[in-house]
Amino acid sequence: MILCQVVGTAVSTRKDPQLQGAKLLVVVEVDPHGQALDKGTIVIIDAVGAGRGDIVLVATGSAANLTPQTTQSPVDATAVAIVDTVFSSGQVMYSSHNQ
Amino acid sequence: MILAKVIGTVVADARVSSMGGQMLRLVQLLDGRTLEAKGGIFVAADVTGAGDGELVMLSSGASARKAGKLQNAPVDLVIIAIIDELAGADGAIYRSTRKDGVV
Repeated sequence: MILCQVVGTAVSTRKDPQLQGAKLLVVVEVDPHGQALDKGTIVIIDAVGAGRGDIVLVATGSAANLTPQTTQSPVDATAVAIVDTVFSSGQVMYSSHNQ
Repeated sequence: MILAKVIGTVVADARVSSMGGQMLRLVQLLDGRTLEAKGGIFVAADVTGAGDGELVMLSSGASARKAGKLQNAPVDLVIIAIIDELAGADGAIYRSTRKDGVV
């Protein structure tokens, strides 16, 4: 899984029927400090109720289909958790409370 | 599978229920010959109880979910083994200091 920050949302009216009701998030990949990496943006499905600014854990490939919202969806990236804290060597690298 | 070093922990209480209480670890991919960081930092589910600094083997994609009780968990990267020893042509280049290892 990768860490991404939600930078926006996308809306689509004309889409595959399986995407009906799905919330689309625009995200950028971030490092463990929550700093954006220069990798471009992707659009993912939200399965956890994430909002702008949140750091989310993104599952890709077939794992993206293993959430209640996406079991039958033609999607390859889904936010499966909202990150509270990232620790490394006993140090807090990112905390959602400091944002 | 790929080699990586455990460098941290990710805490995420708000999660898809099918993930259960699965431990999430921060892993840095490594060059298998030099053990230097090479490649990105990812988040992996852990079924082994690996600790910070340990060298581990990662499985990715759908196959990774054959580990533990992850069959229905939305995870694409899993720590499936803790490396005890890694050897190259010139002998061991890594030995775990873990007490319960076989080495």
